Amino acid sequence: MKKSILIDTSKCMACRACQVACKQWNQLPADETTFTGTYENPPRVSPVTWMRITFQEEETDQGVKWFFGNQRCMHCTEAACEIVCPVGAIHHTDAGTVDIDFNKCIGCNYCAANCPFKVISFDRKTDLPTKCTFCYDRLANGYQPACANACPTGAITFGDRGDLINRGSRKVMSLQEQGNSRATLYGLDELSGTGMLFILEDVPTHYYLPENPVVSLQARLWSLLFRPLRIFVVLAMGLGLWSNYQKSTQLKRRIIQQEHRKPGADESAG
Amino acid sequence: MTNHWIDYQHSDVMMNIGLNTAENHPVSMKWIQKAKDRGGKLICVDPRFTRTAAMSDLYVPIRPGTNLAFLNGMIQYALENDLVHHEYLINYTNAAYLVNEAYHFEDGMFSGARLMDDGIGGEKVVYDRTTWSYQSDEAGQVLSDETLEDPRCVYQLMKQHFRRYDLQTVSEIIGCPLETLQACAALFCSTGKPEKAGNIMYAMGITQFTHGAENVRAIAILQAILGNMGRPGGGVNAQRGQSNVQGSTDMAMLYHIIPGYMPVPSESLHPTLEAYHATSPGGYWANRPKFMNSLLKAFWGEHATPGNDYAYDYLPKIDKERSHIATSKYMGDGEIKGMVCWADNPAVGGPTAARKRKNSAKLDWLVSVDIFENETATFWKEPGVNPEEIDTEVFLLPAALHMERDGSISNSGRWIQWRYAAGTPPGDCHSDLWIVDRLFRAVRDAYQVDGGVFPDPILKMNWDYGEDASSARVAMEINGYDTRTGELLTSFAQLQDDGSTAAGCWIYAGYYANEEEPACQRRIRETEGVGNHPEWAYAWPINRRILYNRCSADPAGNSWNPDLPLFQWNGSGWNRYDVPDFNAALLPEESARNAFIMTGEGRARLFSNGMVEGPFPEHYEPWESPLANRVSSVQFNPCSTVWYPDDRADYASGAFPLVATTYRLSEHYQTGMMTRNMPWLVETMPELFVEISPTLAADHGLVSGDQVVVSSQRGEFQAPVCVTPRVKSFQAGGKTIEMVGILWHWGYAGLSKGPVTNDVAPSIGDANTTIPEYKAFLCQIRKVV
Repeated sequence: MKKSILIDTSKCMACRACQVACKQWNQLPADETTFTGTYENPPRVSPVTWMRITFQEEETDQGVKWFFGNQRCMHCTEAACEIVCPVGAIHHTDAGTVDIDFNKCIGCNYCAANCPFKVISFDRKTDLPTKCTFCYDRLANGYQPACANACPTGAITFGDRGDLINRGSRKVMSLQEQGNSRATLYGLDELSGTGMLFILEDVPTHYYLPENPVVSLQARLWSLLFRPLRIFVVLAMGLGLWSNYQKSTQLKRRIIQQEHRKPGADESAG
Repeated sequence: MTNHWIDYQHSDVMMNIGLNTAENHPVSMKWIQKAKDRGGKLICVDPRFTRTAAMSDLYVPIRPGTNLAFLNGMIQYALENDLVHHEYLINYTNAAYLVNEAYHFEDGMFSGARLMDDGIGGEKVVYDRTTWSYQSDEAGQVLSDETLEDPRCVYQLMKQHFRRYDLQTVSEIIGCPLETLQACAALFCSTGKPEKAGNIMYAMGITQFTHGAENVRAIAILQAILGNMGRPGGGVNAQRGQSNVQGSTDMAMLYHIIPGYMPVPSESLHPTLEAYHATSPGGYWANRPKFMNSLLKAFWGEHATPGNDYAYDYLPKIDKERSHIATSKYMGDGEIKGMVCWADNPAVGGPTAARKRKNSAKLDWLVSVDIFENETATFWKEPGVNPEEIDTEVFLLPAALHMERDGSISNSGRWIQWRYAAGTPPGDCHSDLWIVDRLFRAVRDAYQVDGGVFPDPILKMNWDYGEDASSARVAMEINGYDTRTGELLTSFAQLQDDGSTAAGCWIYAGYYANEEEPACQRRIRETEGVGNHPEWAYAWPINRRILYNRCSADPAGNSWNPDLPLFQWNGSGWNRYDVPDFNAALLPEESARNAFIMTGEGRARLFSNGMVEGPFPEHYEPWESPLANRVSSVQFNPCSTVWYPDDRADYASGAFPLVATTYRLSEHYQTGMMTRNMPWLVETMPELFVEISPTLAADHGLVSGDQVVVSSQRGEFQAPVCVTPRVKSFQAGGKTIEMVGILWHWGYAGLSKGPVTNDVAPSIGDANTTIPEYKAFLCQIRKVV
């Protein structure tokens, strides 16, 4: 059964319980942030921040508007990351979520580079991509994702995709009836449907979402041309990585030798 | 709260005023959203556009310190446009009562004003309240006119009093566009229709003013005339800051009360128990001697006897003002030698906090009980302070977190809910009960050995909670018991004044009446009802979920809203979803005469002698204000005590032309001890900032992130600015008034550090409660280059 998360921005008050719950469940360390002029922090998704609440202010005829977005992997049906992955490390799970198999991942960074939402981050320490996992580990044990669990207002709900689409459509209709012609259900058709469904009260860009997310031509070409040749690509990349490794090892050696030549190196080594 | 959190779902219109519910009480939004899903509307009245404003249907900007003008404007709008709930007004309020002919009001002052010595070298107005009374016949019966036409009836006097608060005038005082104000008044006053319910929720943005208590009073009046009290979806709902702050006030964690909201005995007014009992007010409070004697029995057990006035002499009597501001001053004067600061951090949270830290150095000893080493405990190592010059001996007692101990918490809706420890405290940390039990026993031992001037109150104290003090045993003492049989009480109706009962807090009677399955441990959801969940925990008093609930139905017993019946008379009895706040054995017409059971009149008081400033709420400017009072020549609350006259900035000098207000964020809690040490929260709000408008930023050449020094007459601090359109200047009194929004979660201890911004806040308090005026004062900013 395909699962989804429905995010009702008309109910989100940006308390960020979800953002903290994500860190807590996934045991992600805190970023050392600074005040950047807005309430938004951390400033971007990163290897230690898989989801975050975004804040955008706008002055309108009806006064100030403050939009709270929810940025993280969208778990697309037509997932650019999956398409470009040269080794098939990225796949859809039985719940329809997008998962990365780190046993297969070679750390080429193509997934992050081609993500239309820019929500995959590449961890330079481990050379691996990181992103929201949809708490697949919780799902597999019968629990809902940590973010949905923490949300106090019901702005984030988890469930069967069909049910959530029904609920989301009804809410959008009711918002439209109340006079909000901009209300939409985002993620219904985008990229053949995204696992994250959004009830938006305004245009997607106010929530850091692209108007028309697409898998880039470049990504499609890459996939089309090179997929049959994947094994060679892997070999070539492997060769490249091996040579890279050789070079870096030599470099490391040289640095170590230099360190040893420094005066006082012996004492500090003790 | 008169109502409770879940009950918010029934509101047709909710007014969030002096409160930022989405940010500071996020879970409340669950029920507010439910009301909105039903078509309910949320109004947000706030000096700046908050996350609550972002969720609201109508945002009403308001200049800090002018809530009372706003609320009086709402009352005037309801009266002027006849949007009041007439049947409710006549039957359940004192609108028809005739007022003493000698009562009058002129130019901001009520009858009976006397200028008196304030005890600290200044003067203030203390009213003789005798004219704030009703007319009565020879038999003592209060005179009334149910046509509401007599010029001396409360209703006509109200009309006369509030006439000055037309929306045009209010708009010019508060700096809100007239159209917005009109939309707000029309929306909220639509709940005057009998079937509609309006809820006013508030917090410290209502109370923390020199006229804070009058703000609350105006809310109560507005809710009474619109018929919103005692009804599902209505009420006056104070949202308490901390999960158990309701419990702490119930247990008298305030200087002017003893447990169960009884007044603290005073040296001059209540030298004897008889004198104390003689001051019991009317209504249900006529039973106060039973509550008091039972409290004394709980304190001193067998040593409290009829012969010694139940050990009344053991109970300390208040001698003079002992508020937060006063206590700090006495400390500075060297009058106070030691202080125990329990889960309190006045070095950050107190007004003019730098002075508090300075005064701490006058102490011989200071005990700090907290989960982390806070700023109060480390005042001697604040940057810039030389520890060698400080002789105060400081003790730090590490406390367990609330999740690490058993006990009850009482939420804002008065629900007393038992919780179990989720873990064991680390290291030497112990529960508050463990600490206080050990501390008391050590003090008692010291008295035993050394004696003392008056050791009896300590030595004879009824104190036995086991070797490792048990919270259940404390709970049973609070609940109350029969002193002869030891049997636990099920209701405060069982309390007696003859020493046969003991109870630590009369309103809690029944919450722990059964040792095996106490009511506060119940967790049963209702299957039918209006969301009161009567078998989930226990609400004081006697499990009543909505106070004054007789008013949910008309005098004949028909629910005002047939779709949402809390009480419905069925011809022979009541169909009910709550515990009656009236005598249900009476016929509906009879119980309707005593719908507000706690007042002597049995009615809501639109005109009252209970407040120090006057029978009706009157707008005064904050102590420091950029404007002259528009409605009278009395500039600020004449009944407030001015503790530090030199602390007041003169606006005319031009040195402090901006209005400041202080507030909190979702991500941090109070003085930050629980949150500034938590990396995941520090990450979301890493440092202090102040919020200003783009226009003020342009005046000073500032962009977001620039550092400024914020100064007031009392001090200064440095912080980066957040320049945002969510903050706007106010057009009021013919001036453009700019505002600086100040957060106050930071200090010099903990993981995330920052300056203590309460250093700039004034040490002046409300005339009734002495809560400091943190929410409106004058300041200036200057760019750091």
